[in-house]
Amino acid sequence: MSSMALKLLKPLGFPDKLNLASLIKALVVPMSGILIFLFIWNIGARNIHTSLGEFPGPAQVYEQSKNLLNEHNRERQKEADFYQRQDDRNAKKLAKNPDAEIKIRSYTGKATFIDQIGTSLVTVLAGFFAASLIAIPAGIVIGLNKTLYSAFNPVIQLFKPVSPLAWLPLVTMVVSAVYVSDDPMFAKSFVTSLITVSLCCLWPTLLNTAVGVSTISSDLNNVSKVLRLSWLTHVIKIVIPSAIPMIFTGLRLSLGIAWMVLIAAEMLAQNPGLGKFVWDEFQNGSSNSLGRIMVAVIVIGLIGFMLDRIMLMLQKKVSWDKSQELR
Amino acid sequence: MSTKTHLELTGVDIDFPTPSGPFKALSNVNLKIKRGEFVSLIGHSGCGKSTVLNIVAGLYQATKGGVLLDGKEVNEPGPERAVVFQNHSLLPWLSAYENVELAVKQVFKNSKTKAEMKEWIEHNLHLVHMDHAMHKRPDEISGGMKQRVGIARALAMEPTVMLMDEPFGALDALTRAHLQDSLMEIQADLNNTVIMITHDVDEAVLLSDRIVMMTNGPAATVGEILDVKLERPRHRLELADDPEYNHYRAAVLSFLYEKQRKPDEAAGQPEKNEKKAKSNNPAQKVLNTKQQDAEQRGEEAA
Repeated sequence: MSSMALKLLKPLGFPDKLNLASLIKALVVPMSGILIFLFIWNIGARNIHTSLGEFPGPAQVYEQSKNLLNEHNRERQKEADFYQRQDDRNAKKLAKNPDAEIKIRSYTGKATFIDQIGTSLVTVLAGFFAASLIAIPAGIVIGLNKTLYSAFNPVIQLFKPVSPLAWLPLVTMVVSAVYVSDDPMFAKSFVTSLITVSLCCLWPTLLNTAVGVSTISSDLNNVSKVLRLSWLTHVIKIVIPSAIPMIFTGLRLSLGIAWMVLIAAEMLAQNPGLGKFVWDEFQNGSSNSLGRIMVAVIVIGLIGFMLDRIMLMLQKKVSWDKSQELR
Repeated sequence: MSTKTHLELTGVDIDFPTPSGPFKALSNVNLKIKRGEFVSLIGHSGCGKSTVLNIVAGLYQATKGGVLLDGKEVNEPGPERAVVFQNHSLLPWLSAYENVELAVKQVFKNSKTKAEMKEWIEHNLHLVHMDHAMHKRPDEISGGMKQRVGIARALAMEPTVMLMDEPFGALDALTRAHLQDSLMEIQADLNNTVIMITHDVDEAVLLSDRIVMMTNGPAATVGEILDVKLERPRHRLELADDPEYNHYRAAVLSFLYEKQRKPDEAAGQPEKNEKKAKSNNPAQKVLNTKQQDAEQRGEEAA
C-alpha cells in the first residue's frame, strides 16, 4: 500500500506499518464485525412485515442506493436538456427579431437525494461555525472570570438539555417575523435550520472551553504575571493554547450534536435536506420507501462519522501534546 | 558587591484566610540583601519559604510590613524580579527558543531590535548550555534541560533580583550538580542578586553568600542567618574535605535537626526512618518527599 493511502487510512485506526498481525487487526476484525451485522440485519429484516411490505435487507438497500444515484443523474440530464431547449428557443427568437424579449427561467425540478445531502452538509457546517464563533470567545471570557462563570452556569445548564424540537417553533416564528427582505441572501428555511442547530450545539463547546480555560496551571498564570503580559497577550499566548485540547473535545461533541439536531429539525420543519428526504419518503409510502429511508440512515451515519474524523484530524494537527492519545 | 541595601523585607506578616479564621504563615520576617548577593532560604517543608519568595515576587501581598527593592515598594509581579519555578513552568507548546522569546519580546519590546532580540535569546540559551536543543519543545528534552531553559528565560529578563523556588528540587543528584556548577559560573559572570529556596544543605553551603534559616511554621520567621565566607570560585570536590565547609554544613544541620526539629520527626514515622537508614551521612538526610524521589533517582543513576 502506498504511503499516501496509509496516511489517509491512519485516522481510521490503521497502524503505520502493515504486517500480517496488524493487517488482521486493522482490516479483518472490523470487517467481520460488519459482516456479522449484515447477517443479523438480513435475518431480522425477513421477519419484520410492515404495511409497506417486508423490512428492507442489505440487498434491497443496495438496490435503492443505485436507484437514488440513477434518479440523481436523470434529474441532472433533464436539467441540462431544459437549459439546452431554452437556449435554442431564445437563439431562434433572436435570429428572427433581434429586439425580441427573451425569457430565461431557472429549472425547478425536484431536489434529489444527492442535492439533499449537499443542503444538509452546508446547513450543518454553517450552524456549527456560527455556534463555535459564539461559544469559544464566550467560553474563554466565562472561564477566566469565576463570577461570570457562576452567573451564567445556571443558564447554560438550563438550556443545555433542551431538545431542538422545542426550539424549532420559536425559531421559525422569530425568523419569519424578523428576517424579512425582498431579496433574501439565504432562504428562510436555511436560517431556521441554522439557528436551531446553533442553539443546540453551542453548549458543549462553551462548557468545555470554559473548563479548559479555568483549569490552566497556576504556574503558567504566574509566568504570565511575572512577565506582565497584557490581557490580550495572556489570552492569545497562554490561555488559548492551554485550552486547545478541551476546546476541541467540545467542538467534536458539538459537531456530533449539530448533525443529529439538523436531521430532526429538517424533518419537523420540512426544510430542505436529508431530514426532509426521510419524511417525504415516509409520506410517500411506496414499497420502495423503507429501503430508501434505510439508505438515508446509512448515509447520515457515514457523514456523521466522516465529520468526526475530520475534526479529529484537525485536533491532532493543532494539539501540542503529542503524547496524548486522541481517538 | 556594594554594601548598600538593595532588597529589604521589613516586618513581613502574611495571613491566609481559612474556614476556621486567618492562618498566620509568616510573622515579622526581616531581611536585608545587598546587590549581587546570593542568598539561600532553607527550612523544613511548610515553613513558608515559598511564601517569602512569592511575596518578593509580588505574587502574594504581605498582610503587614512590606518589601522594598532599591527604595521602591514591591506590590505586583514584574520581570525585574524574575522567577525560576520549581517545575520549570515552560509553555509546553513552545520550543525552548520561543519560551525565552516570549519573555524577551515582552521585556525589550521598546528597547531592542528584532536582530538584537534574537542575539539576546541565543546568548541566554548559550549561557545555560542549551544552544544545541533550542528548537526542541519541553516534552522533547530532559528535566534538567527544561530547568536550564527556565533559568535562561529568567536571565533573559535581565532581572535585578532572580528568585529561584527550589530550582533543582525535582532533578536527580547528578543533573543537580551540573546545574549548580552552571549557576555558579553564570553568577560569577553576571553578579546577579539571587534568592534561592532549597532543601539541600550542601547546595545551600556551596552556592550561597548567606544562608537564611527559617523556623517552623505557623508564624514562621527568620531563625538564624549564616554568612558563608568560602572563597570563590568554589569546587565541590575540593570543598568535600574542607573543614570550613563542613563547619558551615554542620551549623545548618544543627539548626534544622536540633533547634528546629519537627515534632512529627521526633515521633519517628516509619517510612522516614527507612529513608534515613539508607544513607547514614546526615548531609544526605532528606527533608521532603520531592527530594526523596530525586535522591532515589540519583542513587539509581550513580
